[in-house]
Amino acid sequence: MKDVSIVLSGEAGQGIQTVEHVLTRILKNSGFHVFATKEYMSRVRGGNNTTEIRVSSERVRAFVDRIDILVPLGKGATERLKKRITEKTLIVGEGEFIGEEKGEKIVVPFLEIAKQVGNRIYANSVAIGFLSGLLGAERSAIEEQITRQFREKGENVVRDNIRAAMEGYRRGQEFSEKVGFDVEKDPSIKDEVLLNGAEAVGLGAIAGGCNFVSSYPMSPSTSVLVFLALHKNDFGIVVEQAEDEISAMNMIVGAWYAGARGLVTTSGGGFALMEEALSLAGMIESPAVIHLAQRPGPATGLPTRTEQADLNLALYAGHGEFPRVIYAPGNIEEAFYLTQRAFNMADRYQVPVFILTDQYLVDSFYNLPGFNLNELKVEKYTVKTSKDYIRYAINEDGISPRGVPGYGEGLVRVDSDEHDEFGHITEDFDIRVRMVDKRLRKGETLKKDTIKPKLIGDENYRVLLVAWGSTLEPIKEAIEGMSGVALLHFSQVWPIDDSVVEHLERAEKVVAIEGNATGQFANLIRQVTGFHIKDRILKYSGLQFSVEELKKKILEVM
Amino acid sequence: MRLDEYISKDIAWCPGCGNFGIRTALMKALEELNVDPRKVVIVSGIGQAAKMPQYVGVHMFNGLHGRALPVATAIKTANPNLLVIAESGDGCMYGEGGNHFIHTIRRNPDIVNIVHDNQVYGLTKGQASPTSLKGFRTPVQVDGVILEPFNPIAVAIALDASFVARTFIGDVEFTKEILKEAMKHKGYALVDILQPCVTFNKLNTYEWYRENTYYLKDHDPTDRELAFKRAIETEKLPLGIFYINKNKETFEELSRKGDKTPLYEYKVNFEKLKELIESKKS
Ligand SMILES: Cc1ncc(C[n+]2csc(CCOP(=O)(O)OP(=O)(O)O)c2C)c(N)n1
Ligand code: SF4
Repeated sequence: MKDVSIVLSGEAGQGIQTVEHVLTRILKNSGFHVFATKEYMSRVRGGNNTTEIRVSSERVRAFVDRIDILVPLGKGATERLKKRITEKTLIVGEGEFIGEEKGEKIVVPFLEIAKQVGNRIYANSVAIGFLSGLLGAERSAIEEQITRQFREKGENVVRDNIRAAMEGYRRGQEFSEKVGFDVEKDPSIKDEVLLNGAEAVGLGAIAGGCNFVSSYPMSPSTSVLVFLALHKNDFGIVVEQAEDEISAMNMIVGAWYAGARGLVTTSGGGFALMEEALSLAGMIESPAVIHLAQRPGPATGLPTRTEQADLNLALYAGHGEFPRVIYAPGNIEEAFYLTQRAFNMADRYQVPVFILTDQYLVDSFYNLPGFNLNELKVEKYTVKTSKDYIRYAINEDGISPRGVPGYGEGLVRVDSDEHDEFGHITEDFDIRVRMVDKRLRKGETLKKDTIKPKLIGDENYRVLLVAWGSTLEPIKEAIEGMSGVALLHFSQVWPIDDSVVEHLERAEKVVAIEGNATGQFANLIRQVTGFHIKDRILKYSGLQFSVEELKKKILEVM
Repeated sequence: MRLDEYISKDIAWCPGCGNFGIRTALMKALEELNVDPRKVVIVSGIGQAAKMPQYVGVHMFNGLHGRALPVATAIKTANPNLLVIAESGDGCMYGEGGNHFIHTIRRNPDIVNIVHDNQVYGLTKGQASPTSLKGFRTPVQVDGVILEPFNPIAVAIALDASFVARTFIGDVEFTKEILKEAMKHKGYALVDILQPCVTFNKLNTYEWYRENTYYLKDHDPTDRELAFKRAIETEKLPLGIFYINKNKETFEELSRKGDKTPLYEYKVNFEKLKELIESKKS
């Protein structure tokens, strides 16, 4: 087998995350491609959480149902996975943790081995070692990674954990031939980086010149705030945990007004509170960058799960009419480049720009070669003001030069009330119409910078799948090798590029695939183009589509 | 550049309103301190008081109801070289913006927070504000206000705000002097200005304020307990500087480690970014 899917299952607080963190790095640094994704309950201790790690000879970037190796880390840990366990599943772990389920079972007394080495708390290291041995990872990679992980706890802890891992490794190796995993190594992968979606957004923000972050914690968006906080001192970024989302968003708008480049990171419930200031940004023509990591709603919904149901929220948020841009990265690379781009677009067009991700994307990671930083530019569009500077000068493209206080001779006067060109409050109906037109003209102008949807798969398609955001990689893998099918994937969902129509019209059948219950994007396409996508594959359980599930459903509709 | 240049000429306040006096005091304070208008930003919320920046020739950010403080904090942080004033009514600052009021004091940005305290909602035509006195009748509070009035001075001192003052606009000269002190002060400075709304508040008139206020004399503003004692007096309302704490670092100093460079000059350190990405190899 050249593509192995490992699932770790256990309670929160049992160290699944540490195993995932250390193991994926060991595997990557041994030359394997890895992908990992997690689903977890909204609690700090207990419950049942799972992490899937795929290890492969080729790039892997999607979630599969199939479990090749299941590692239960506690009692009842196999319970919730019954449907995904088959005869072929290898269940590895303590005898008492391995349930009644079918599958081939290998009892490995992780705890006992750990105790022999010195302490039961090394059990997770034994497990890490065992899985590394099973897959044929490199000893040096294990040593290096364990050292890194426990360095701060002192030499003894490092030494004991390495011993525990090596003991696990030895036992894993014993089984490896019998099991027959045959994932090939490619040494060049060692030079690649491992990143999750949240880090990609954070790095993209830094690359986009972000220097002001204000947010209020809310899963799953908080990891971006945490990432930027961790690196704020290296990059001179102001990071503030605001008293609420209302404050956070107003701060960002204030920061842009004074010439900073601000970001908020939030989720649906938090964004609901930011709507008011989004509308403010629309009126005063302020740039703003909003990372909205979707989770299932309404209200508090499923706090730690995934969904793509906030497209309408992002699209229609805010009272009144004003232009905006919405990106929906399909994978980690896109999360980086689109976030970087969001800052330039916001600055250039003086509009709010959204980065619409979701829990699945934010919490998943894989190895990639890195990013091409040489082509990235922080494009600044603010002007030095002259004495007779006019903030809202009416012009053809709708984009008035944006000054900032203190830079130049002029005064920068902005108003949330309808205003004249000087920014002064007005109730003149003609000026009102001119200003609305000006703002909407900007919306037309920014269309020229719209990212076209990507066509993936059979050029001569009969069936066209339409999708956006994080379903990209699962669908890509599902349609691999299928003929007559192509995916039209949108990483910009507003405005939508005109080229969409010819793609749609060329297909015999069009199917929308979305992680929501109503097909929000399909409805949007109909609204914009008149084209009605009747067939829809929708998922809203709180989990991402698996590759197998998509394959089956796509074949059904074909 | 003059302070009455480049402003909206159409002043939308009722004749006799206290807002005019506040405008005079504010402009005089800026003039006497010789502040370059190009270095001043007035941020306001929504309401009659919030129209102030329309009528003063400095940078203006007339934002949303209740939201002046987060905006002002961000502007000051993004460019610490600016003099930032957050100015609005009592409804705006203490009602809709109550949460921001508390947390802005905790942050202690070096801004001046001017509150036009007319004890009523002017722009929406006369409903009770958080500072309205019990029993005050309005079209909404038909039986009279039943809530305890909010005491901004006591709350600010309780939160150890770095500068807390109250004035009455019947005395423009005094208000101007206090505003000057607030502008010179480093850290968050609250100036609560008692201001008659001649149209909607027939209770708290110029007359009423004259009778129900007195000037703080021989008061040591560095004594917090004493300041608090004064703050909770209700029989007659003291006017003057209640409290000053000079030993507080500001939000922008702390959050930016003393760097005062305007953030519009910020450049991304791509070398460091490269290193950071590289560090994700293991
Ligand atoms: C979110 C929101 N809610 C309500 C309003 C309506 N509104 C405008 S001004 C105001 C109250 C103004 O009172 P105050 O702040 O005391 O200022 P004054 O007009 O008395 O100077 C209200 C409720 C609004 N603009 N925005
Ligand atoms: S309504 Fe009251 S506060 Fe508003 S301008 Fe008139 S008098 Fe002044």
